[in-house]
Amino acid sequence: MEVLLPRTLEEALEIKAARPEAVPIAGGTDLMVELNFDRRRPALMVDVSRLPELREWRRENGTVFLGAGVTFTRIIRELPEFVPLVQASRTVGSPQIRNRGTVGGNLGTASPAGDALPVLAAYDAEIVLAAAGGRRRALPWHQFLVGPKRHAAAPDELILGARWGIVRGPGSFSKVGPRNAMVIAVASLCLVMDEGARAFRVALGSVGPTILRAPEAEAFAVRALADAGAWDDPRASLSPPALQEFGERVAAAARPIDDVRGTAAYRRHACAVLARRALAWAFEDRRSTSRSS
Amino acid sequence: MLVRANVNGEWRTADVWAGASLLHMLREHLGLPGSKNACEQGECGSCSIWLDGELVCACLVLAGQAHEREVRTVEALSARETLHPVQEAFLEVGAVQCGFCTPGLIVAVADLLMLDPSPDEPAVREALSGNLCRCTGYQKILDAVRLAAERMRAR
Repeated sequence: MEVLLPRTLEEALEIKAARPEAVPIAGGTDLMVELNFDRRRPALMVDVSRLPELREWRRENGTVFLGAGVTFTRIIRELPEFVPLVQASRTVGSPQIRNRGTVGGNLGTASPAGDALPVLAAYDAEIVLAAAGGRRRALPWHQFLVGPKRHAAAPDELILGARWGIVRGPGSFSKVGPRNAMVIAVASLCLVMDEGARAFRVALGSVGPTILRAPEAEAFAVRALADAGAWDDPRASLSPPALQEFGERVAAAARPIDDVRGTAAYRRHACAVLARRALAWAFEDRRSTSRSS
Repeated sequence: MLVRANVNGEWRTADVWAGASLLHMLREHLGLPGSKNACEQGECGSCSIWLDGELVCACLVLAGQAHEREVRTVEALSARETLHPVQEAFLEVGAVQCGFCTPGLIVAVADLLMLDPSPDEPAVREALSGNLCRCTGYQKILDAVRLAAERMRAR
């Protein structure tokens, strides 16, 4: 076994070009567990935790780029305007885990329970990949996350980060688990309301082979708001039956299984509850924003 | 592989297996057994240390990742006869039962009080959510955090 410690992204990409089997390690919160328990023995690991290019985030023309190596602690501290992302980051592990864990790690592990992933799906993010020689490409999140613990990066590529368009409107992330900390989600949900495009985006974690969107529920919420004349009225809400139907449509989008963390039936139920709450919170946020402005 | 790191203020070198954790390097190569080895999956916090000033689980850091970096362990908190205020507080209120989780908790509490000298109870609970005590001594631990915070503010 061998570990390489490149100082720059280009050095790291040249290693990946020459030896595509090299396994990148950043915060180690997934990979070190496999190593410690002897479940995996990669012949070569590349430490990407010291690459400055991965540790930055920036706004560019109405979008934000979040480097794969930005830790959850830094997201909480430095990106407060991205409320659902901050909420998701706060639910990751413990302070020790948040100081090490990164969004790039969630993407590389590609577990349907990765806490940042439903947020990236609800932001309609694209995943930016890099290869040696300055080659870059971006894949929409759903083309990147292709299955349970499977993603579409080529063996010679590294995950550079994620990029999404900044939207105006409320949003939230919520997660069901047995504790408030150190929990792998039983079910999670991110809702983003895009006031500019008059759209809703709802993404689900831990209730399918990969992150799922709920397009029928999204369309239902858009119609229901339009029917109620609510897009122009920040004090408006939806009727309890409409909230109920929204929850049912979100739950219908889930494709859960029974496993050690919960049953499929419980997960589906949890999706409906999280969805109703998330939509109600979005209306509350709109009301309080309109009062304060 | 040869790993050179600044550990508790001193540059040290260890020849470790490339797949070893920083925890293994500290305990088995550098003679620093204060950080405890328990879950090896970041769940229990018994191996909490600082890496470049950030609180981390040493079991989740690949030893090589600490190369040319600064590591600080629980051993650095006391100077011979003088205990750190957090250590004093743990002793005084009896926040120690079997003692296995204690070094990790002391490091996590010291980290918290460095960042937030007056944490309220929810903040303390959140800050210590990654440290498990199997003797269920949490109440005394919370008492110790309050005492340490008071003393450190007074100094």
